[in-house]
Amino acid sequence: MIICSDNTKHTGPDSAPYVLDSADRAEIEHHIHHYDDPRAASIDALKVIQRRHGWVPDGAIQPVADLLGISAPDLEGVATFYSLIFRRPVGRHVIKLCDSIACHLTDYQAVQQALEQKLAIGFGQTTPDNRFTLLPICCLGACDRAPVLMINEDTHFDVAPEQVSALLEKYL
Amino acid sequence: MTSANLGDIKPLTYRIVGNRPITDIKEYEAIDGYLAVRKALGSMSPADVQGIVKNANLRGRGGAGFPAGIKWSLVPMGPDAGTKYLVCNADEMEPGTFKDRMLMENLPHQLVEAMIIAGYAIQAKRAYIFLRGEYVLAAQRLNDAIKQAQAAGYLGENILGSGWSMDLHVHTGAGRYICGEETALINSLEGRRANPRAKPPFPQIAGLWGRPTVVNNVETLSNIPHIINRGADWFKGLSQGKSTDAGTKIYGASGKVKKPGLWELPIGTTAREIIEEHAGGMRDGLRLKAWLPGGASTDFLTPDHLDLAMDFDTIMKAGSRMGTGLVMVVDHTQSMVSAVRNLEEFFARESCGWCTPCRDGLPWSVKMLRALERGEGKPEYLDILQQLTRQLGPGKTFCAHAPGAMEPLQSALKYFRSEFEQGVARATAVQG
Repeated sequence: MIICSDNTKHTGPDSAPYVLDSADRAEIEHHIHHYDDPRAASIDALKVIQRRHGWVPDGAIQPVADLLGISAPDLEGVATFYSLIFRRPVGRHVIKLCDSIACHLTDYQAVQQALEQKLAIGFGQTTPDNRFTLLPICCLGACDRAPVLMINEDTHFDVAPEQVSALLEKYL
Repeated sequence: MTSANLGDIKPLTYRIVGNRPITDIKEYEAIDGYLAVRKALGSMSPADVQGIVKNANLRGRGGAGFPAGIKWSLVPMGPDAGTKYLVCNADEMEPGTFKDRMLMENLPHQLVEAMIIAGYAIQAKRAYIFLRGEYVLAAQRLNDAIKQAQAAGYLGENILGSGWSMDLHVHTGAGRYICGEETALINSLEGRRANPRAKPPFPQIAGLWGRPTVVNNVETLSNIPHIINRGADWFKGLSQGKSTDAGTKIYGASGKVKKPGLWELPIGTTAREIIEEHAGGMRDGLRLKAWLPGGASTDFLTPDHLDLAMDFDTIMKAGSRMGTGLVMVVDHTQSMVSAVRNLEEFFARESCGWCTPCRDGLPWSVKMLRALERGEGKPEYLDILQQLTRQLGPGKTFCAHAPGAMEPLQSALKYFRSEFEQGVARATAVQG
């Protein structure tokens, strides 16, 4: 296919060659053993890269695809489909605020407003000091303690707008 | 009541005392844990296990209510059946639903035990728990429980000398609601984009890597050890005559009720009992206006429906679906247009984009609902929204995502049409 050869060439600031270190490789290979087809470890592998770098740099796609035995565009298709695989740089801490119906009915909007005022960013943006990225997320499954948000892997329940400043101070 | 007695009426949750999770296998074994595995593998054939689950009339707790025993019975059995898989759908993302999180965080061994029995019943070679990535604590506790079960000989080669072997893995996802759709889940587990697959063939015939695969929800599976221990008749009696459905159900309530939470109750308990008794009623000063019986993809019902039994058939007859059975309440100060706009934004964002009515129809509905919310809607918007409920309805799309999205919209238009009419811009309304 002609179009693929051009699309897989990475240009721009993220085109730096990426070398999978032995720890990354070992962790991905460990995941591959859980499946009857290596490509099933695609999401696990992308998460390994993301844990290391905060996001998945362009240069990582080809070496990870090689390890999984699939094409780079195939892996890119997976990477861009899943909302929690980041294909753009994010801040040191990622805030995921639930905006689904149970949180809507318990006023998540007030929490969103407090976050946006405090950080001076909106959904999908990162603070200039690279400290926080703010994202909306699908129902976090804790609707009895709504509104709910996650910061990195921590879930925070019953979040009130006036608590937002103190909460953010825990993440430097 | 002693815990043994409580186990007779609240099998799924009686072991959780004072919100304390049971993560240690010894502690779980001391309260009849893994007893059902020993019984099933020691004295029952796979056909026996399938038979008892079928007789118990255990219906799928993920929302669809399909009988688990019938699902299993479609799996090819016998020496030539080849490799088979069992998958637990633990991708709990239906807005308003938080029961599977509770079961997995508090009783991880109950799910592991259930999967060993279900795996034995279909003679699976390998099993996966497809867990949403955000459930970090559940992942940790399940992985820990699996390690302990392996060390105790409940998983791995020749389990308890039965000659049957199975391993179990936790697979964590990376977002996208559509992964909860059973065939999209299989694509995702294979490391592909989570687009749904055409049915037939059903996963029981050709699922994961083209092999026979059973996909069951966490709550559905968690019932199985208890059915093995106490029998099909006991399970049928759990509904205490409130429903023709069998078993208990983990019900819940969220929104502005006094005490939101989860309760294991006889299936067929009324929404009135759930909202008024268990959840303590609406917060002071608020009146109930509408409620969703079990998730974002169910039709709104009104206070007139509160005395209906919360079971699959009764709620279906009332024009909605029980879904996951976790009720969400809308109070009298809240706008139905805003609530529906929020729901459709969710569905639009989570559409996988595979088929046109869903990919393009859902954002179109959001655009009109936003205008109505601002009081800037055009008079024709109500008719167009009504048309969309048919054009995105059952049979018009590849999977159930868009039809599910249309359920709250069509019911809100039916019961609260005047709120939508009020969103039509005045100037236009006068001209019209």
